[in-house]
Amino acid sequence: MNARELEKHLLELIRRASTDLPPDVQAALEEGYRRETAGSPAKTAFKTMLSSVDLSRREGLPLCQDTGALVWHIQYPDGAEILPVEKAIERAIARATDMSYLRPNAVDPVTGKNSGNNLGLGSPILHFHPWRKKTWQFDLMLKGGGSENCGIQYKLPEGSLGADRDLDGVYKCVLDAVWRAQGKGCAPGVICVGIGGNRDTGMAEAKRQAFRKLDDANPDPDLAGLEKKLLKDCNSLGIGPMGYGGRTTVLGVKIAKLHRLPACYFVSVSYLCWSARRCQMTISGEKARYSS
Amino acid sequence: MRRIDLPTDEATIRSLHVGDEVLLNGTIVMARDAGHKYMVSQKPKDLEPLLKNSVIYHCGPIVKKVKDKWYMVCAGPTTSIREEPYEADVIRLYQVRGVIGKGGMGAKTLQACREYGAVYLHATGGCAAELACTMTEVLDVKKLEFGTPEAFWIVSVKDFPCTVTMDSHGESLHAKVEADSKKALENLLHRRTGVQ
Repeated sequence: MNARELEKHLLELIRRASTDLPPDVQAALEEGYRRETAGSPAKTAFKTMLSSVDLSRREGLPLCQDTGALVWHIQYPDGAEILPVEKAIERAIARATDMSYLRPNAVDPVTGKNSGNNLGLGSPILHFHPWRKKTWQFDLMLKGGGSENCGIQYKLPEGSLGADRDLDGVYKCVLDAVWRAQGKGCAPGVICVGIGGNRDTGMAEAKRQAFRKLDDANPDPDLAGLEKKLLKDCNSLGIGPMGYGGRTTVLGVKIAKLHRLPACYFVSVSYLCWSARRCQMTISGEKARYSS
Repeated sequence: MRRIDLPTDEATIRSLHVGDEVLLNGTIVMARDAGHKYMVSQKPKDLEPLLKNSVIYHCGPIVKKVKDKWYMVCAGPTTSIREEPYEADVIRLYQVRGVIGKGGMGAKTLQACREYGAVYLHATGGCAAELACTMTEVLDVKKLEFGTPEAFWIVSVKDFPCTVTMDSHGESLHAKVEADSKKALENLLHRRTGVQ
């Protein structure tokens, strides 16, 4: 596929991620709406979310004004050239910004100057993973700033929580993180956790969990059990959508682990807002297919 | 649903209570991180007539320019707590009657609401498309050099929906939910979890 064609498809991937909420997230919001008490602020919040999602999809409008940081995980045929693809991604992002699918979100922290096109030092965030297939798979997520501010990293043992270096300790950290966030990350969020790793890899692995579908299953039985328990117990905190108080505080909990140093036990929590904007594109020869 | 016309007055704002659903009509001013720091440090006079008895909206919109006119594409709220160090001073200096945002604000802002007669209005986060539809016109923009997400956008709104979550009587839904959920958290942290 030539660069121009690729850029066109990448632009479409960005447009879909920005404007079209994935069906599994939509289903979770509908369930959340059903669970809340009639006449409550929580019920009204879910109703507004669902109607705005519908409007965005119909009119092709971004779901949220904070289109966030663009996080890409790209699986590519081992040995293929990556640099031209990086360039095509950058051009597509600049174009998407110009077309108002994205808000210009790259700000120099020293000068305060907005780059205007979402490109800058460390932007976009690209992860390339070689594989044996002949196809390319692009997974894109728009990770907003409000939810990003609700991320947190713990070191175990953490005395103030009574959390030791075990899954019970991890459990306590995640509960604490959800309590601290209240409604600020746009609850009900998806809680993405990385156990182990270093400060950077642990958090990156946590964030990668945001790409998982809400109704998927963790193949690791220990982590699957913890995900299920945390989903139930986080919701029992009663924080509710927007922090209004209510039955649904989190839409899902997704956990991964990385080997750790003996001296370190990090629990990295990345908070994903209810407007979980992810989309996947597969390129096979000249054909592009989109799914979420 | 109560209709509030802007500019408003102290009596109208003091008649509002936590839980009241409100539809705003009139001119509002978007201001967020760079804007709040600027208002408190520089005290710009040109914002005074726009803010007096009116409402600030914590928002960094997606905008587009067609010919010479600006339009709102998407305009949902940003997280308000970041403005907590500044908001009480802004309310006092500019006689602002309301602050729209999401996630609530803290004790200092709540105290200023009580003292000066203002409320915090929660807009539903992520409902950027619907909220932009209530914005009938972009009247002006100031400090565009802050970048489009951080500039002061002056917009006309019709039936902008929001809920009072902090009122001028010292009540805060956020403080209540935080305290209640803290109790629930403590119960969960201290019991035997059965997790290895």
